[in-house]
Amino acid sequence: MSASDVNTEHPLELETPRFSVKKPAVRYDKQGEVPDAERVKRAMQNFVRDFGRSAAIYMESCVHCGNCAEACHFYATTNDPKYTPIWKIEPFKQAYKREYGPFAWFYRALNLKSAVTVERLEEWQELIYDSCTVCGRCSLICPMGIDIASLVSLARHGMAKAGLVPHELWAVAERGEKEGSPLGATPKVFKDRIEWLADDYEVDIPLDKAKADVLCTMSSIEIMKYPESIVATAKIMKHVGANWTFRLDGYEATNFGLLSGNADWQRDMSMKLIDAAIACGAKTLVLPECGHAYGALRWMGANLYGKPLPFRVVHIAEFMAEHVKSGKLRLKKVGKSVTFHDPCQISRRGGAIEAPREVLAALGVELREMEPTKGLNWCCGGGGGVVTIHRADALRYKVFQLKMNQIDDTGAELPVTSCSNCRQTFDDGQAHFKWDKTMNSLLEMVAHNLEGEAA
Amino acid sequence: MDLLTFARGPGMYWAVTIFVIGVLWKLAGVILLRAKRDLSEARKPSAWTGLRAILTRSWPRRAFVHGTAFSEVLGYAFHVGFLFTLVFYLPHVLFFEDVFKGLLGVNFQRLFGVPWPYFSGGMVNFFGAVAVAALIALLVHRIVNPVKRLISNFDDYFSWLVTIAPLVTGMLTYGHVGAPYQTLIAVHLLSVELLLVWFPFGKLMHTFTVFMSRGTQGMQFERKGATL
Repeated sequence: MSASDVNTEHPLELETPRFSVKKPAVRYDKQGEVPDAERVKRAMQNFVRDFGRSAAIYMESCVHCGNCAEACHFYATTNDPKYTPIWKIEPFKQAYKREYGPFAWFYRALNLKSAVTVERLEEWQELIYDSCTVCGRCSLICPMGIDIASLVSLARHGMAKAGLVPHELWAVAERGEKEGSPLGATPKVFKDRIEWLADDYEVDIPLDKAKADVLCTMSSIEIMKYPESIVATAKIMKHVGANWTFRLDGYEATNFGLLSGNADWQRDMSMKLIDAAIACGAKTLVLPECGHAYGALRWMGANLYGKPLPFRVVHIAEFMAEHVKSGKLRLKKVGKSVTFHDPCQISRRGGAIEAPREVLAALGVELREMEPTKGLNWCCGGGGGVVTIHRADALRYKVFQLKMNQIDDTGAELPVTSCSNCRQTFDDGQAHFKWDKTMNSLLEMVAHNLEGEAA
Repeated sequence: MDLLTFARGPGMYWAVTIFVIGVLWKLAGVILLRAKRDLSEARKPSAWTGLRAILTRSWPRRAFVHGTAFSEVLGYAFHVGFLFTLVFYLPHVLFFEDVFKGLLGVNFQRLFGVPWPYFSGGMVNFFGAVAVAALIALLVHRIVNPVKRLISNFDDYFSWLVTIAPLVTGMLTYGHVGAPYQTLIAVHLLSVELLLVWFPFGKLMHTFTVFMSRGTQGMQFERKGATL
């Protein structure tokens, strides 16, 4: 697919800290020159491509009770009914009933469901991308037990193949596919950074070791915006005595293929990590502080690989918690009150809920939980690629106020999280609202408080 | 053939046939779809415990009570009222006992040692009234509430109509109100037949799929240790 109208009609500002498309403010983004009918066909075909039994069961079960609206931060902060989670996949629900369900012939015969048009898909672009972080809170309120978030991901598969992805998201995904990193953290940049950081911080950062037990990975946000995370990872690995490495053929855990809905790119991005881990004989692949990277590899990796992975996949917080338990990770006490922001893809949908809390306990902090917390926590508003989409900024800031209030209510001194995408969203929200709180990284907090080492 | 003979005979026969074949067709069309095995390493030793979601999703978590209470309370009022009216009204009981004996060849009481329980007519009328009132309130909510109004379609309103019809006609029959008894009972039977015929095609199918989707989410989430 060409980038035609991305680069001509709405040029991307690639040099700014975040990619942006300023004009027109209201727009429906399209990629490539494809007739409308073909777009709709591709959207629908790719929506159902991975359509199995569970998705069909979900599609058949909605009773339109509307409860899911109450769980969605976008609805909760705007009261706009169009942000009702199940409504966000309405054209796909419509197409399923009309084209694929067991009674498709019946719906078509009576015209109970009209055919989906490209205009409708364009209109829904905002609902499928800008106003859904795929946080999955709606999936937990649904009395029918429908995993609505998984259906939004399937809808994104269709939208991506139809070339109907918001430009910035599409552009970073394409850049990730072409250059190996969505934010310009190419292998050369990563290598330079590692050399510079190893020098500056006087820490050993192994790169491209032929054999290693542990393969560490990073998110592009960390490499480009929070490079101290790389140092923190190296310090912790050294502290626990791990035989570990970074590898230039598989370091980038960010998967914009997944976020944009491009299933082919998603596979390419995941396979790089899988191949790199196999190449160095790693027993454990450590994922960085990145929410969707966890879902992408921990839960989808083996399914893309086609068989069980020959190594374990853990989040860095899980890795740290394991070594706290084994006694290898010894930490100094931090005499502060902390509140932990659960990244949706790691806690709610990933199941790694207690690991970060075990690490915080080892740091001796006073943990003040938000209300609600853990798997029911409110999303920061930047997940699912939303923070990438500039036209969604105003909406995202509204949603972010929920988060600020939640954190302020705990009265904790430090907010901490284990996702750099959340952290970036918090930094942006903090600057926008001139908020007095700065989000901290659990990884960096641990690295600063290793027993027997200067902070 | 008069109306009652039709309703009792071919009407009921065809309605039940469409209902049974339609439900089986719909369920088979979904269940026979490919289900990929999840190859990721499970966090929990068994995902079967996730099936608890079939029960636990019957009431909202504390964090969600606010905002869903109205729908939940009315939903329960309707379902309980409808079920009791259907299952514990003496004329219905006699009908079900007949069907039971016809299908299994043995008397309900002989098999279980106890007779099929039933409520007094007045009691059933009360439950019917609760169900009707809840349905009316839910319809008003569907029209007034911006979220529900937006996401509603023909299925929601038509399913509402075919659900309230047997309740209303049944209560009119019970009270001998508005028409000769023969006509009332015929109209009541026809309304039941309409419900049965529409059942497989619309949202009423959630009677079956609710267990399937809760169970599916339960098992998928449980193996990840995700919040359920």
